[in-house]
Amino acid sequence: MTTATGRHIPDRLTSPASRALKSWEALLLIVAIAIFIVNSMASPYFLDPWNLSDASFNFTEKAMIAFAMAMLVISGEIDLSVGSIMALTSTVMGAAMTAGAGTPTLVALGLGTGLLCGAFNGLLVARFGLPSIVVTIGTMSLFRGISYIVLGDGAYTGYPAGFAWFGQGYVWWVITVELVIFALAALAFGILLHRTNFGRMVYAIGNNATAARFSGIRVDRIRFILFLLTGLMSGIAAICLTSRLGSTRPSIASGFELEVVTIVVLGGVSILGGSGSIIGVVLAALVMGLVTFGLGLLNVPGIVMSIIVGALLIAVIALPRLWSMLSRK
Amino acid sequence: MHSRPRAADGMVAPVLSLRGIVKTFPGVRALAGVQLDLFPGQVTALIGENGAGKSTIVKVLTGIYQPDEGHILVDGAQTHFPTAQAAGQAGVTAIHQETVLFDEMSVAENIFIGHAPRNRFGLIDRKAMQDRAASILHSIGADLNPAVKLRDLSIASRHLVAIARALSIDARVVIMDEPTAALSHKEIGELYELVEKLKAQGKAILFISHKFDEIFRIADRWTVFRDGQFVGEGLMTEVTEADLVRLMVGRSVDQIYPKRPAQIGQPALTVAGYCHPTEFEDINFTLHAGEILGFYGLIGAGRSEVMQSLFGITKPSRGACRIGDDVRVIRSTAQAVEAGIVYVPEDRGRQGAVKGLPIYQNVTLPSLARTSRAGFLRLAEEFSLAREYTQRLDLRAASLDQDVALLSGGNQQKVVIAKWLATKPRVIILDEPTKGIDIGSKAAVHDFMSELAAQGLAVIMVSSEIPEVVGMSDRVIVMREGRIVAEYQGDEMTPENLVRAAVGINGAAT
Repeated sequence: MTTATGRHIPDRLTSPASRALKSWEALLLIVAIAIFIVNSMASPYFLDPWNLSDASFNFTEKAMIAFAMAMLVISGEIDLSVGSIMALTSTVMGAAMTAGAGTPTLVALGLGTGLLCGAFNGLLVARFGLPSIVVTIGTMSLFRGISYIVLGDGAYTGYPAGFAWFGQGYVWWVITVELVIFALAALAFGILLHRTNFGRMVYAIGNNATAARFSGIRVDRIRFILFLLTGLMSGIAAICLTSRLGSTRPSIASGFELEVVTIVVLGGVSILGGSGSIIGVVLAALVMGLVTFGLGLLNVPGIVMSIIVGALLIAVIALPRLWSMLSRK
Repeated sequence: MHSRPRAADGMVAPVLSLRGIVKTFPGVRALAGVQLDLFPGQVTALIGENGAGKSTIVKVLTGIYQPDEGHILVDGAQTHFPTAQAAGQAGVTAIHQETVLFDEMSVAENIFIGHAPRNRFGLIDRKAMQDRAASILHSIGADLNPAVKLRDLSIASRHLVAIARALSIDARVVIMDEPTAALSHKEIGELYELVEKLKAQGKAILFISHKFDEIFRIADRWTVFRDGQFVGEGLMTEVTEADLVRLMVGRSVDQIYPKRPAQIGQPALTVAGYCHPTEFEDINFTLHAGEILGFYGLIGAGRSEVMQSLFGITKPSRGACRIGDDVRVIRSTAQAVEAGIVYVPEDRGRQGAVKGLPIYQNVTLPSLARTSRAGFLRLAEEFSLAREYTQRLDLRAASLDQDVALLSGGNQQKVVIAKWLATKPRVIILDEPTKGIDIGSKAAVHDFMSELAAQGLAVIMVSSEIPEVVGMSDRVIVMREGRIVAEYQGDEMTPENLVRAAVGINGAAT
């Protein structure tokens, strides 16, 4: 590479296509296809469209949150309170339902509660400069605690029939409403992260927040918006889950936060911030969904299933690193 | 001069030689077959512009990088340094620009960390460690108490601890990478004495520096790299400063500052009564279009703090500024950029380029509103903006899609400047723009500043280098302890006046 005078610098040396071929996402796609094939050979019930449609509930609600969470993690933050936001949102909707609210009001309250919880997290992190992991561990207990106080051992049941559409309805044939929301959310977040100024700034902040600020970016404002989005998506997920279950208990959606983070990390988003993609998160959600569904068909108990999912996560994260260590030697 | 005088000066054989070293990183050939010889009891100066491959060769010598090709010879025998420990065992040690030391540990512990003497139980022998630390410190003329915690020492004393640490392994080759960058005048003198002592002990010294006076004072030999290539080597007695500069840059550089007379225009920025609770007080000045306004002062005089508050990083507790016709207080960097004030920071690593993002994305980061449509990215526009400004600054890179972290420091600085020029600012603040960059890049930056001013941009240059301040500025403001203490222009802008005002000697004309 000799440098001539006048120095013309080419835009790209590797084409986007060749980059995509070597990417994490390509590997995930292969893993997803492999699991699909293994599952379809292991169980005769796997390839049934209605079974697959039912199985999509394994990941749709978590994945909706995972898209927003991915952007948050890319920016260098995290929100561990998403499961608790769902519990609080569901509780608020349940209380409104017993007071006689109709479906539109319930949905509005669900979205509003999610946004408010996100705003609370965002305020503490962006405005007061507290570390997000500490803030959201706190609000994780706080939000769910409120649900426990309101509900105790009880539950809200008897949601209106129209409300069931979100979690139990079908748009066409085997395509559920949740699956459509999942797809629309994937598209919206994909565009937001990869095609807009906002997304670019998120990457800049995640790579070096100080330098981003020194480049005239309103770092705190963007962080706040990301928490707001995560709260909103948690609210939408809570509407879907509550509608699907038809009831609200304070333990609803417990443990969701870790599964959401698992999908995000499996999707190739660096937990240190700065890199990752929405397509990776989509594929990771599919992989997780296929694995749990396949194991379920084979009657693998839940505890064993969580061991397998954990091992899968570590293996998929560790293998490429091991590979590059070995090939460098 | 280009012939290698290995046989000519005779009897001494090199302790350590590198031959044909190649090291490639993605998209960058950092070293393209370089050679280097280090002789016992002699100081070899390694000279080259930023990006010439000096840091890379140091990492190869200390076992941090493995060369792709080439040989390392110790006493004429071929060897490898697969790890930093292996290099240490072969007697190669480096004193870096910023050696990592541990504040909460004692001087002796810092010197011997990782290879402390053991007693027969395999535990650290504190007594032996203290004694040996004291003797090493004594041998370099630093009579520090080895039991003192590091945090209680001055910067200069810490530097001596770092040197003692490097010598605590039985070093035969000592690498000094810009050792005087953080030192005062007196401390530099002490360092020279230390180098003489090390020479007398027969150690081979590799001395990396940008300062020519320093090189001519202490080096015996020179080696020049350019763009990862070996350009020449020889004895210091047989070379002139002009020869070395020509070899370094591949052309002759005019040492005279290229300040062109510019048309000083309307006030671009007026700062009135800027105060900060701790850093500065009552700052008033006016900057005009086409003007280069120098800010001189000692480290800690509050110059960077004033600039950062003008750029919206810290909020002033009082005061306002007028930009063009608007009076306002800048509360965020985004507002500063909107108002046309941009800042090229001194701390390039942390505040400059966003490492991890490609070059073009760094350049367009503050200009996204212009390159996008309705908030949506337009890559073609981004590449064209990035191409325009990186070419203007003569950036050297493999592609615009390359991670900015893979560039050398000087080229990263160019990316930051390109980023700001692309916003078409009114006021550009350059904070120590040429600190730690080589003579060729320095001249390029100076030339460029002059051109910007000629185009009507208002330039503030914070600099601690007197020739630069005097050579480049139309006017100089001197700060001391958070206040503006003097302002000079024309014939009054002398080095003597600046220094007197900066240190607070009475009688300085104000």
